[in-house]
Amino acid sequence: MAIDMSQTTGVGRGGSSEGGGLKKGPKLNAFTGVLVGALGYLFGHWMGNAIAGGYQQVVGSGQNDTAILLGFIFGTIGFFLGLGILNYPLQKMTGIEPPTDEPEQAQGMMKYFRYTLDNKVVGIQYLFGMLVYFFTAGLLAMAIRTQLLSPTNHIWGPATYLEVVGEHGTMMMMMMTSVVMGPFGNFLVPLMIGSKRVAFPRLEAAAFWFTPAAYIILLSALWQGGFQSGWTGYAPLSIQQGVGQDAYLFSFGLLGFSMICSALNMTATIINYRAPGMRWSRLPMLAWGMITVAFTMLLSVPVLIVGLYVMALDRSAQTSMLYAGHGGSSFLWENLFWFFGHPEVYLLALPGFGVVTEILPVFARKPLFAYKTSVAGMIGVAVLSFFVWQHHLFQSGMNPDMRPLFMLTTELISIPTGFLYLVGMGTMWRSRMRFDVPMLFVMAVFFNFLFGGITGVYVSDVPINVTVHGSYFVMAHFHYTIMGQLMFSVMAAIYYYTPLYFGIKLSEKLGKIHFWTMFIAFNSTFLPLFALGLLGMPRRVFEYAQRLQHLNQWVSVSAFILGLSLAFFAVTFVWQLAVSKPKSPPNPWESRGLEWQVGYPVPHGNFAKIPVILAGPYEYGDPNALPVAELSAVGAHSASVSGGDE
Amino acid sequence: MAKTMNFPTYSSEEGKKHARNIVAIWFVVAVIADLIVWFVYGPHMPPGTMTDQARGAQFDIKVVSVMAVPVLLFLWTFGFYAVAKFRGGKDRAEGYYIKGNVKTQAAWYIITASLVLFLAGFGTYELVLPAGAGGGEGPSPIWRPSTNKLLQVQVIAQQWRFTYRWPQFGGMETTSINLPINTEIQFNVTSLDVIHDFWAYQLGVKADANPDSNNVAFAKTLETGRFTVRCDELCGIWHGAMFNYGHVVSQSQFLSWAQSMEAQNASVTKLLPKYATTYTPSYLGAGGGYYPAGDPNGTLN
Repeated sequence: MAIDMSQTTGVGRGGSSEGGGLKKGPKLNAFTGVLVGALGYLFGHWMGNAIAGGYQQVVGSGQNDTAILLGFIFGTIGFFLGLGILNYPLQKMTGIEPPTDEPEQAQGMMKYFRYTLDNKVVGIQYLFGMLVYFFTAGLLAMAIRTQLLSPTNHIWGPATYLEVVGEHGTMMMMMMTSVVMGPFGNFLVPLMIGSKRVAFPRLEAAAFWFTPAAYIILLSALWQGGFQSGWTGYAPLSIQQGVGQDAYLFSFGLLGFSMICSALNMTATIINYRAPGMRWSRLPMLAWGMITVAFTMLLSVPVLIVGLYVMALDRSAQTSMLYAGHGGSSFLWENLFWFFGHPEVYLLALPGFGVVTEILPVFARKPLFAYKTSVAGMIGVAVLSFFVWQHHLFQSGMNPDMRPLFMLTTELISIPTGFLYLVGMGTMWRSRMRFDVPMLFVMAVFFNFLFGGITGVYVSDVPINVTVHGSYFVMAHFHYTIMGQLMFSVMAAIYYYTPLYFGIKLSEKLGKIHFWTMFIAFNSTFLPLFALGLLGMPRRVFEYAQRLQHLNQWVSVSAFILGLSLAFFAVTFVWQLAVSKPKSPPNPWESRGLEWQVGYPVPHGNFAKIPVILAGPYEYGDPNALPVAELSAVGAHSASVSGGDE
Repeated sequence: MAKTMNFPTYSSEEGKKHARNIVAIWFVVAVIADLIVWFVYGPHMPPGTMTDQARGAQFDIKVVSVMAVPVLLFLWTFGFYAVAKFRGGKDRAEGYYIKGNVKTQAAWYIITASLVLFLAGFGTYELVLPAGAGGGEGPSPIWRPSTNKLLQVQVIAQQWRFTYRWPQFGGMETTSINLPINTEIQFNVTSLDVIHDFWAYQLGVKADANPDSNNVAFAKTLETGRFTVRCDELCGIWHGAMFNYGHVVSQSQFLSWAQSMEAQNASVTKLLPKYATTYTPSYLGAGGGYYPAGDPNGTLN
């Protein structure tokens, strides 16, 4: 993709909306995308039937995975065509020079339903996309807990229960948490590093539009019989399943492409588009979080895509790579999946660390303690996360003699993770903390992640792992790390950044009601799960021992309260954004961050001139601190700065 | 930020006072908590004391807990103290301009690294010593019991039940499991279809059941009683219903049970495929041929 690398001209200028591509083309948006996508699906499905309709396997089972997969492939291509995403590359490839001047700007809400190159619009698209995925998966969690109110009375049969569990896990892990770089990275990083644009606006926008396609396809599994393999999709169970499994593997693959596109853009942006004076030692922590995540994604996601491709071939073309007896092995998928999966679960933690270390100094009114340690912690977690994946397979019988090594690497990762606590405690030490809602969420992250981290030591110890592997203990452990850490960080970021995104300051009173109900209900839901696991309750069961009923009921009721708390957030958030619109002063938190200096609404192109960075963003408490940047870079300072790329 | 700010003056004496308070509170609370963890909860920690391996796991949980609880409590003490004492007031003052402290940082690195390295070493020792700690060790385990007098129990998992084969009792297959006390047992775990997991909770044994692969785990029984067997790896719709109970009984009771089962099952045992560490299920009789030739299910071709 040819990209004009200069910051003052080029495709990303001024947040142009490129729907249509050709100057007088039709107005393309998500709805035309869905329409063309549906036609593409029909075409692919017809083609699959034409190709594979006569296969013995298809005739015998009445299940044509080839048709479904081709339907998804052509459906997605159609969706992209219908959105106008492919116009630019197709025109380039066929020698037509695409227009570089700005097409007509879509106004109002409509711009969020179009393929657009403005990093701020993409950030907001991601934000709402992520919330939709989160609430969908959250509703499924409510369904799980309803079933588990009783050990013997069933709302659904076991098949439906496992479909719900699989959808919940996959929706949360692959859809909701994997896009977490989107809402904050895309919107904030260019503002934080003083850039007018991201490096690859088309990749960034395409990365978002993969996710609604994946969402629709993943949900479609529910009316195709679902998939009963959980989000881990262990073979050969996943090879046995009906066509719902195709929806799982295809949507997961789309998310993989989304992550790669998004990570490429983020890495290139942070490396190349820092303003003069934005040295690595001044880079805001949120940007550090994003670039470490992006590197981790770039290296791990291709392995997932390969694994999913192998699964697709096994299911459609009977290649037998993932199951025993014909040359394949069920260990192969476990390895490929977790080689991606373990970096994945840490790359969910890193944006959370970034958000927390970004917000904490603002409310503690102190510099970030041990900045370099904090960065080293993030890099350490990112690097070590590639060497721990077999701790998911301690009891699998695969590579048993390597277990001490994987136990060591897993436990080593608590050193860089522990840096977060050192940084947090150092920053809080003799600070002047202000407990506004974002700060409450930040404190909750420290509280919750402590349980997640300390129980991580238990699960990584092989002898203890014999008891807790695959039990509710592990389930509680990763809900503490992902929901307790990441979701609370996301909430902190939402409350913190709404003034910048929407010019709206969410009500402190409503925010505190949301915070306290969510915090208490979250802990009340997930703490007892550790006990359930230790008492012998395995994961993903629809029936359990009678003696565990009281604990399970406690958990279910707490989960419903947690659900209500989040529903309260959804309603009050949308109400304040759309109806009551409480106006925010510029920079209500008195942050030094560069992103807060541009004012609301953030202008197209972010900065009138490339700023010159004069100081780090966390110099609180220093009466002589320079402002973080000279926004109009003329005068004395511009000659003396170094760093950046200009 | 065009507003006047309030910068307080720094006193290092006050800092030392805060540090002493935090350490004192933490020390008292941590000692009490550790005593409770070890003596009150410790004896009840899972998975119990039924086998050597279960006792090892319980000891491990106790050791990790007495190390983890003080860490947890230190951070809690610090957190609550900070929330109580380091609050901003109405004056909207700024905090102190402290960007790091070499001694504190170095202490933190050294303490966390030592804890982690100790735990990794301890975990390895506890894994190797009780013959693999009851975990699945693959087809050729290197951490074995010192004796060769092992009771062989093959666990065959399939959707959705466990059966057991006893090579030392004529290769018979049973649907229930009884084990003799004070005996070293070798579980050979395999599967006929998808991945399952053999979890005998009270025995402290867990091993994945993989198709076409043998996964060995060891346990030495020390107490009689009932234990639960559950599938612990998602294996399809009836995963949640895939469990049964087993019993550890006296050696003479076990022997009479096994011999009577052997006699009772003799006619069926003849129809079974020869005992092997793995079986490849095939309707067509290829591979390991778990189903005998005359199997009424073998008609799919």
